[in-house]
Amino acid sequence: MHVPLGLEVAAARAVAGLSRLVGAGGGTTVPGKLLSILDPGAVDRLAARLPAGIAVISATNGKTTTAAMAAEILCPRFELAHNRSGANLLSGVASTLLAADGAQLGLLEVDEAALPEVMRRVRPRAVCLGNLFRDQLDRYGELELVAERWRAAVDALPGDTLVAVNGDDPLVGSLRAQIHYGLDDPTVARPSLQHAADSKYCVVCGEPLVYAAVYVGHLGDYRCPNGHMHRPRLDVAARNVELHGLECAAFDLDLPGASARVEIGLPGLYNVYNAVGAAALAHALGAGVAEIADGLGRFSAAFGRFERIAVGDKKLLLLLIKNPAGANEAVRTLVDGGAPKLAVIALNDAIADGRDVSWIWDVDFEPLLAGLDKLVASGERAAELGLRAKYAGFDEIEVVPDLAGALDRGLELTPPGGELVVLPTYTAMIELQRIVTQRGLKKAYWS
Amino acid sequence: MNIRVAHLYPDYLNIYADRGNIAVLAKRAAWRGHELDVDEIGMHDEVRPDAHDLYYLGGGQDREQLLVAHDLAAKAAALKEGHAGGAAFLAVCGGYQLLVRGYRGHQGDDMPGVGLLPLETFAGERRLIGNVLLESDLGPIAGFENHAGRTILDSGAEPLGRVVSGFGNDGASGYEGCRLGRAIGTYLHGPLLPRNPRLADWILAQALAHRTGGEPPELAPLDDALEAEAQAMSARRARPSRRPA
Repeated sequence: MHVPLGLEVAAARAVAGLSRLVGAGGGTTVPGKLLSILDPGAVDRLAARLPAGIAVISATNGKTTTAAMAAEILCPRFELAHNRSGANLLSGVASTLLAADGAQLGLLEVDEAALPEVMRRVRPRAVCLGNLFRDQLDRYGELELVAERWRAAVDALPGDTLVAVNGDDPLVGSLRAQIHYGLDDPTVARPSLQHAADSKYCVVCGEPLVYAAVYVGHLGDYRCPNGHMHRPRLDVAARNVELHGLECAAFDLDLPGASARVEIGLPGLYNVYNAVGAAALAHALGAGVAEIADGLGRFSAAFGRFERIAVGDKKLLLLLIKNPAGANEAVRTLVDGGAPKLAVIALNDAIADGRDVSWIWDVDFEPLLAGLDKLVASGERAAELGLRAKYAGFDEIEVVPDLAGALDRGLELTPPGGELVVLPTYTAMIELQRIVTQRGLKKAYWS
Repeated sequence: MNIRVAHLYPDYLNIYADRGNIAVLAKRAAWRGHELDVDEIGMHDEVRPDAHDLYYLGGGQDREQLLVAHDLAAKAAALKEGHAGGAAFLAVCGGYQLLVRGYRGHQGDDMPGVGLLPLETFAGERRLIGNVLLESDLGPIAGFENHAGRTILDSGAEPLGRVVSGFGNDGASGYEGCRLGRAIGTYLHGPLLPRNPRLADWILAQALAHRTGGEPPELAPLDDALEAEAQAMSARRARPSRRPA
């Protein structure tokens, strides 16, 4: 027998208030945790209350940004319950659904390891699956394992669940799906696979895949030389892509039977992928091409992903780095936008960052280092970063593990009117946000 | 002097930072006036036992490891001949498992091995994951491990080190890795050599000995202050938190 859902909801909400009161955080996961102890089945019933159902987004890289873009597109159409703070485990999903009074559609970013259980419980109406990159092997296990769990979870969905997958990712693109999205513009392709490329073998025969175009990491237009698999035909595609340095990107968004020019205020091909993923999901939920283009045009960056903060007459530019594929894109975007002469890179190794810092050796930092006069290495594992640069042949390294100290040093070295580039891992980014907020600087703006 | 390195299956065994280990060897050789010539040896490529002074095998995910295991079996005789002739080996994580006699998987998914190192490996239930600290003849060695395999050394076989903190070969014996002549196998993956410069120099000296046919040379000391700082931090991470950091 169940305690009435209303009573549980009230108890869990009271805890959320308490959690905020004692300063234990934003109360984003505690009530969900309590609820799942009180009644593990409550999440299922909370999800079922939403009249327009649930849409789920997962990926190794870009899920927060993709979900935020989808929210911008969909907010005129639906009242949303969206876990925008990035609390993306079952507890965070539960907390979001708890606070969802009056909401019509649940829009949930979900951790890739938590995806199977969340999908089983919330029974989504639509799903968007972006990519699988090598990330935190200490936490998620090997890439293949995650892919197999996704495959089983997608196969277990009812036939009327609309699934949109990134067709350019060989592991994700081969999942059962009605909508395949991706990039189709060889003029912005890379000449070859990068060092960190992961899923570069045919899932059937193990032969290396042949790429007609490589866009980001192992994402691109691939085929097996023995004919076992190839990039599927794209239903939702970005074509005629223009990248404008660190400022913005534009592309033709092609939906079945409709097309529109889209501009996003975020740089880099990886953000074009995020935008096309959000477009594919919105399309699955009934949005038209003009609606999608307007929403993407209104969008500004998700928390800390690409953020500018004014500090007196100088600026901070924060770019989150968390795994080789994401860090490579951050480096590429920076270098394409005019290589900086100074950078602060901050490497932490908390659980949310990945305790194993090996991944920095798989990042192609070299193009960034080539333009630098000085690197300030920071974070708990600053010395490891220093070694990464040293063995790349770069000597101008200052190791300042303390983040506030590194920020001060970086700003001191930044000329008046200049911009200081900071590349933090996840918990270093949170800590930096806290520091700038404490100093009363946090007035983010978007160019 | 040019040190001839065979980097085996760089396209398949590269899971974390294996190129970092190669970069460290190359720089530390260059700072002593030597040059590292790295040959990439892939599927179906031939191994000539006298052509290389150092063989490097990195880590791979299960699928990649299985893909190379069968090819590697065909290279086993040449690799053993190279080892017997005094060439150095560094095999990390998946590469370590490939140098054993064979690997017993969970459901009969066995893999052949080179049979160079005197030990048995089988799949365990739980992955052994975390920071590790070893004490060895080459001083402390700090690293990170993430493996399902359990490795049992043959009686009398020499480990790379004794586990101060972490799991090591099997989580029970207190040993990590294996050392046989100039060959080292270890589960410590990732940037093993950047933060363990004494180990890096030991390997370089062994490779140089093979190159010259003489004794391993004394290498000129380098400024390893940053390496020491990284090693100390990694060692602190490995130690139980109740100890003072």
